Amino acid sequence: MSPTPTRPSDDLVPVAGGGLLDRRMFLRQGMMLGGAGLGLLAVDADAADFPRWMKTPGGPLTNYGEPSPYEKEAIRWISANAKAPGHGISWTPLHRLEGTITPNGLHFERHHNGVPAIDPEQHRLTLHGLFSKPIQWSLEQLFRYPMVSRQCFVECGGNSNAGWHDEPIQTPVGYFHGLVSSSEWTGIPLSTLLDEAGLQPEARWLVAEGADAGAMNVSIPIEKALDDTLLALYQNGERIRPEQGYPMRLILPGFEAVLNVKWLQRLQAVREPLMSRNETAKYTELEPSGKARQFTFIMEAKSVITQPSPGFRLKGPGLYQISGLAWSGRGTIRRVDISADGGRSWAPAALQEPLLSKCFTRFRLPWRWDGSPLILKSRAIDDTGYQQPERSTLIAERGQRGYFHYNAIVAFAVDSDGSLRHVYA
Amino acid sequence: MEASVMSMPSLSSPSRSGLRLIWRGSLFIGLLMPLWTPLKAAPEGPKLGVSITQESILPLDISVFPDGTGLPPGKGTAVDGKTHFEALCQGCHGVKGSGGDAEELVGRSPLSGARPDQTVGNYWPYATTIFDYIRRAMPLNAPLSLSNDQVYALTAYLLYLNGIVTETSEMNATTLRAIQMPNRDGFYRVWGNGGR
Ligand code: HEC
Repeated sequence: MSPTPTRPSDDLVPVAGGGLLDRRMFLRQGMMLGGAGLGLLAVDADAADFPRWMKTPGGPLTNYGEPSPYEKEAIRWISANAKAPGHGISWTPLHRLEGTITPNGLHFERHHNGVPAIDPEQHRLTLHGLFSKPIQWSLEQLFRYPMVSRQCFVECGGNSNAGWHDEPIQTPVGYFHGLVSSSEWTGIPLSTLLDEAGLQPEARWLVAEGADAGAMNVSIPIEKALDDTLLALYQNGERIRPEQGYPMRLILPGFEAVLNVKWLQRLQAVREPLMSRNETAKYTELEPSGKARQFTFIMEAKSVITQPSPGFRLKGPGLYQISGLAWSGRGTIRRVDISADGGRSWAPAALQEPLLSKCFTRFRLPWRWDGSPLILKSRAIDDTGYQQPERSTLIAERGQRGYFHYNAIVAFAVDSDGSLRHVYA
Repeated sequence: MEASVMSMPSLSSPSRSGLRLIWRGSLFIGLLMPLWTPLKAAPEGPKLGVSITQESILPLDISVFPDGTGLPPGKGTAVDGKTHFEALCQGCHGVKGSGGDAEELVGRSPLSGARPDQTVGNYWPYATTIFDYIRRAMPLNAPLSLSNDQVYALTAYLLYLNGIVTETSEMNATTLRAIQMPNRDGFYRVWGNGGR
């Protein structure tokens, strides 16, 4: 799949180097291009030999639909432990998706020891520790509670970690940067449940624990728990899938995914963090000094072009649409700039509305490629004014051994044959 | 449960939580930042949670904190730990915790070196974390299968392999929380310090 080039039109004025065009161009041109398309169809229809799917009845109704069999490449790629198939990750194929919602079957996965087969009848949520009383809920009870919905991204702290390597890996964008997905989550504001249990003022952290094999545990700061944290029960309208935490998980918008504990069964309110393995040995970032950053919860602003991107090939010079995703754990994306000359000049992309806080934002920009080699980049700026850093800046600040929280600008080289590859530039 | 009941959340009466927020808000406006974050407008729920006893939580509560809270009775030394390790762990983590397919468990190389392994020995800030993690998560093929004595012994063995205790040091609730790990002061907190 490659964006289809269309004939360049003479009144398109480049707004930055490398053939970047005005972000409003597609809107202005839409009518005209549509009209031309219809004309062609009308000519073809007369002589058409109708395709076989128009001459025989189609397939039956289904209880649960599946993607077209022609879309076999829109799948998660899996990297798992040979001795333990449930221990590993799978990436969202960002390069095969459009819009801002990740289909549930393609949400990235990170499991520490497989997907538990939880019987919802037996599952309980228990709150204890610094509450006025220990308290427990069944699913049936929780479904009576007031719920809210919000869209937000969930990103693994280890997303894009190959970016720390000395040489860029050559893989489709989703399998480099796709430990991030975005969904509409519906559930109970956690504060409602904390309130009911009588959270004590001296409680500063909640130790959250899953009901998976390994009882994954991590400490959550109380400020976040009382702010916008959800006990999520639904994802994109349906009950959360087993690999996303069925029957319930935490959603902490903008925080690294490990705190969004799946299969949640226990919250213990305490004064000091537990110092679990996943907040000490992992999800901390070693700096060149030998000291490590800890409790680096917020996923900073980031963007990546998803089309055109490595693994695809441009079919000759012409007009293309650049499309990509931007997000920030601190708030709303204010601007995304695109460069087609390696960062010498930048043009602002069109941002698809609505612009939602801590959520995927789709950006797009028309581009006329003249067939010469060049370098494409995108950079996100959020509403705190923070700008996604160049890789060299990030490395100057953090070194290369931190593993987590890689959010540098992503660059692709376009070669004259239309192929694309990851580069550090 | 009746379907009609499920579809009727109590939306008719004004939320008491909402009123409380207004009250707290006016109290804090213009004052210093409150030390205690007031609950935001938590929507009021039907309060269906069931009170349970502290005793009924004990078996569920497997959290172990740096100050030793949660450490159960029991004990073990590296001598016993070695036997358990060879039987239950070595297949994945390698002989003496190195060179296996799974994580390296041993190493004391300096953290400021070129590409140091980050292990229990040179990276983990608290010994209690070893207990907490092994008890809940290991062995990977059978989590929650070890006795407390086995977990103490395996913890002692990993500390011994990393040169932190001797082969015969007994690990129990008192001795384990007293261990000072080499990288105890190797971390700084970003959250809560206004940093990025
Ligand atoms: C089937 C393979 C397997 C077996 C058996 C196994 N482990 Fe593990 N162990 C792993 C894997 C894989 C990880 C990494 C887990 C993760 O990242 O979530 C791990 C992680 C660990 C860690 C954390 C290491 C770190 O630096 O974060 C410790 C400690 C540990 N294991 C101890 C043990 C002990 C003790 C036993 C025996 C009782 C054991 N393991 C048995 C596969 C295994």
